[in-house]
Amino acid sequence: MSDVLLPVAITVPLVAATLPLALGLKYESAGWPVAAVATTALAGLTGAIGLEVARGGALSHALGTYEPPVGIELVADELSVAVLALVAVVSLATLAFARVAGPRGNSFYSGYLLLVGGLTGLVLTGDLFNMFVFLEIVGISTYALIAADRSGASAYASLKYLVVGTVGASLYLLGVGYAFLATGTLNMLDMQVQIVEQASYADPLIRASYALIVAGLGLKVAVFPIHAWQPDAYQRAPDAVTTIVAALVSTASAYALMRVSYTVFTVDFLAANDAITTGMLIVAGASILAGSALAAMQSDLKRMFAYSSVAQFGMIVAAIALANETALLGGIVHLVGHGLLKFGLFLGIGLLALGYGARELDDLASAARSAPYTAGAVALLGLGLVGIPPSIGFLGKWYIGVGAVESSMAGGDPAGIGIAAVIFVSTLFTLSYVARVIERFYFAGVGLPGGHGAEHDESGHGDVGGHDDADRGVAADGGRESATGDDGPLTPVEGAPRSRLVPDRVPPASLAILILAAFTTIALGFGGYALFEWFDPYLTEVFA
Amino acid sequence: MTGAVLDAAAGSASALASVLASGAATASALDVLTTRHAYVAFALLLCIGLYMMIANPNLVKKIIGLNLFQTAIFLLFITSAYVEGGAIPIVPEGAAETGTFVSPLPHVIVLTAIVVGVSLTAVGLALCIRIYDEYGTLRTDVLRGLMRDEGSLPERPAVGGGDADE
Repeated sequence: MSDVLLPVAITVPLVAATLPLALGLKYESAGWPVAAVATTALAGLTGAIGLEVARGGALSHALGTYEPPVGIELVADELSVAVLALVAVVSLATLAFARVAGPRGNSFYSGYLLLVGGLTGLVLTGDLFNMFVFLEIVGISTYALIAADRSGASAYASLKYLVVGTVGASLYLLGVGYAFLATGTLNMLDMQVQIVEQASYADPLIRASYALIVAGLGLKVAVFPIHAWQPDAYQRAPDAVTTIVAALVSTASAYALMRVSYTVFTVDFLAANDAITTGMLIVAGASILAGSALAAMQSDLKRMFAYSSVAQFGMIVAAIALANETALLGGIVHLVGHGLLKFGLFLGIGLLALGYGARELDDLASAARSAPYTAGAVALLGLGLVGIPPSIGFLGKWYIGVGAVESSMAGGDPAGIGIAAVIFVSTLFTLSYVARVIERFYFAGVGLPGGHGAEHDESGHGDVGGHDDADRGVAADGGRESATGDDGPLTPVEGAPRSRLVPDRVPPASLAILILAAFTTIALGFGGYALFEWFDPYLTEVFA
Repeated sequence: MTGAVLDAAAGSASALASVLASGAATASALDVLTTRHAYVAFALLLCIGLYMMIANPNLVKKIIGLNLFQTAIFLLFITSAYVEGGAIPIVPEGAAETGTFVSPLPHVIVLTAIVVGVSLTAVGLALCIRIYDEYGTLRTDVLRGLMRDEGSLPERPAVGGGDADE
């Protein structure tokens, strides 16, 4: 009966999403407690599902007692549990930040829970059309959340995302339609069998179907030529929304791509269609390079890490297209690891913006002096993103790289070596922009005049673009005239929270979560073998 | 790699050629138009919708284009589900299950997809209203200019690179 956990995990956030609006009629601030209870419940359910899967292998549940392949099936295996755990942890952890950073209001929490419910469903579903519905639930709630701060710029970014995201989801639906025409089924496992029985891997309908699905999900994942919506959306969204969206939404789409590629179309299909995988590898390689290079050129922090996501998801798409065991393991590890790293990074940036009004790289001078713990955690996470060994960021990249080389060695296909080379170059780019952040934190702005800090404070708040030039000029000069005894150029905003334990003027609960996230990425890096053990049943099944 | 690509390309090209050859043997282009007109309409609607989204500077018209694009996909599902002489798949108790029945699944899919499409349109139009309230225009070119003026639209990445160096 433990399979009932699966529909319960989906319905808890979805049903709870109605409560903030309903209770909002009577209580002013019902949203946050409801969201906290629902996400805590989801975390508990995820733990229970994880235990069940660890004990007895994959769980499945037939919705409404209609047996698959006719009915809709929910499935939890090792891969979905890993992504589900990421969803549960991140959605719970972001709440602490959302409480202090806003956006406030009950409708925000309704949207938030709708997003969490959609992500849970997307991860657990075993039905292709059901996946489309959850993809769109995730999409719609993300569009609403991005525009949640009621500014015109965020509405424009959100509308751009809406148009592109809907085209992506529609292309996915079209792909599913083609596959449905060829096989007459929508259940993932059944379709895997029917593709072989009723069609073949060389069937144009099946090939077109996979190509459309890859294009559609590629739009949602934001790989290079079709990534343009993503930096705007991440930058314009309220900080708390960026934190959850950057960590989970593209991750869930990449999970969907992985699921469809390996559970529905299988490794044999990918092996039989070199043209498609080569195309995916080229796009992924371009994405890795362009994303890293564009990230290195940005001065806005959120935009910088948004472009970095384009590069990292390029690696994950490459891992999917390489279709060997090592690369796929790397892809999964990087999927989860990158989600966690980006959660931490955007949380850290959000905290600095909240406490100090710093939104640009140049605002960060000597951040390590006034906010040592926040800066330290962001630096650790940044190094993890580069791929410095004890972090999970290293593990994922390493496995993808090794897998890429392996595939080249085995098949004599040079694309793998190309991907490995591109990952290496991208690592250098990543180092270059993370090093800029760390340089700002620890070395820049020593002895900047105190008056400059106050000016920064104002400019960081409102019209960032307008004050850019003045700020840059000072920062580039180095401003080394005098050393004042003040706390440097990074000064807290009016009314920033104060804590007795740490000098950081940021909300303590969110700071604790940030530090915990930084240490988790390192701890997971040490758990490489455990991760391999955990994903081994899934990988064996896929590559059987 | 390139060899593989070429192989696959040659494979698909030959497959296409054989399809075309058999098509030419049995049916002319006119026949395709008359017998498969719904599929032709599907492709046309899809392209018109996509073109509208890309080329039209008006945000509301972009959303209309999006709707056309989605409608094309609905049309594909509905067309593919049509069975000549098919009956509604409801069999009264005790009656013999004879005759051809239509699979209800594509219709259910379209019904769900329409609901999804309507809610997307609603969110999109709500965003349009917000944008119009803020900037007083719905044309993307004017919008971009206004946003650049107020500094909330970043300059293009290529320019941004030079920007960081200055």
